[in-house]
Amino acid sequence: MKYVDEFRDGDKARAIAGQIRQEADPARTYNLMEFCGGHTHAIFRYGIPGLLPPNVKLIHGPGCPVCVLPIGRLDMAVELARRPDVILCTYGDMLRVPGSGRVSLMKVRAEGTDVRMLYSPADAITIAQQNPDKQVVFFAIGFETTTPPTALVLEQAKKLNLTNFSVFCNHVLTPAAMHAILNTPEADSGALMLDGFIGPAHVSTVIGSAPYEPFPEQYGKPVVIAGFEPLDVLQAILMLIRQLNEGRCEVENEFTRAVTREGNAKAKALVERVFERRESFEWRGLGAIPHSALCIAPAYAAFDAEKRFGLEQLHGRENKACECPSILRGVKNPRDCSLFGDPCTPDNPLGSCMVSSEGACAAYYSYGRFSDSRIAVEEVNV
Amino acid sequence: MCLAIPVRIEALIDDERALADIGGLRKEINTALVENLKVGDYVILHVGYALNKLDPEEAARTLALFEELGQLQAARDAALEEGELSMEGKA
Ligand code: SF4
Repeated sequence: MKYVDEFRDGDKARAIAGQIRQEADPARTYNLMEFCGGHTHAIFRYGIPGLLPPNVKLIHGPGCPVCVLPIGRLDMAVELARRPDVILCTYGDMLRVPGSGRVSLMKVRAEGTDVRMLYSPADAITIAQQNPDKQVVFFAIGFETTTPPTALVLEQAKKLNLTNFSVFCNHVLTPAAMHAILNTPEADSGALMLDGFIGPAHVSTVIGSAPYEPFPEQYGKPVVIAGFEPLDVLQAILMLIRQLNEGRCEVENEFTRAVTREGNAKAKALVERVFERRESFEWRGLGAIPHSALCIAPAYAAFDAEKRFGLEQLHGRENKACECPSILRGVKNPRDCSLFGDPCTPDNPLGSCMVSSEGACAAYYSYGRFSDSRIAVEEVNV
Repeated sequence: MCLAIPVRIEALIDDERALADIGGLRKEINTALVENLKVGDYVILHVGYALNKLDPEEAARTLALFEELGQLQAARDAALEEGELSMEGKA
């Protein structure tokens, strides 16, 4: 596939890794966080930790939409699905996430409710048109990548005057979460070791690189936006090492083939029109973050499931032994969880980080066992 | 969830829809978020929607950079080999 294969070339990967080993200063450690779950997945799938010298460490960030959705919001979707007049539609991963008391949407579906998996949010409109006597609710989650399609669907529902369609909106914002990571108690106490960010790929195609500019300015953390292929990730790591070595601190863009400073103006204008910022939104692991999520704007209020069904905010019960919250803050590793691998596996997920392929636990479980044991051995030696 | 792939535009249907080549199959995608689309352009496709066009010149520039690093590595490998050979000569 063009624009994919040439960015996965094994010889080039070894060459960039060779350059990283040349330039990384053995006298210091480089703690780099990949914000985005898509990067976490690529890093493990292509064995990138195994190519890096031991003093270049990757920390997995909270950029997995399935992982950061608080259990209370999922419980609200479960309540919606249990209403006899509702067809609840959502992306596949959301079906498997355990809510309070380990009740997932999949379980609710087995009770005989109508829960459907979507490939594209446009399908939810079709389902609404085909089922005029039912209320069709699209349970929307995702970062800035997934928000513009939801906005288009809302516009279309308005154009079609659909009276049986609404959106349960859970869209969240990347830069707000990056601020939150740099303001946790662990960050303040110095327990969070973080020298720079590998910035998101597809989120940045929409929002552009400008929204990352506060991170070098306010926190002294460089950001390099990277594509999702292995050569992109390695190159971004090299660019971060160079910035840190040279004492530079700025936003750089490795993914220039798809990301500009401004991003996609049309998509941004659409999102502005259809959504508003929430005062505050709860994130799994990070707690309530101000202005970190979107709700549906008044002009589209007729399509807001929270209003249509008078939904009340639920708080949910976390599985206490699950370490997802600390993993999402970048201060623990899936290995630190006593449930990892037994009994928590991708087939039997006990926490959200084991559900989505972008979750850190799922990535470790599927690909990370070898490279992780290498990391563990090195840490023992230190 | 954030999975998105580059696909080639094969035919334009109207302002908001096009046919794209997805793994050898022609499928309809929504292109309402992207302006000035032409047949032959590559777009990043996410949940049925084109998010952005890919810039072929920028892609070529990034690949040229990797090419350079590849040559550097080849030079390093050669130097290493030479070093090993001369060590053997001494032994
Ligand atoms: S292994 Fe399972 S239970 Fe443990 S932190 Fe990960 S998702 Fe949670």
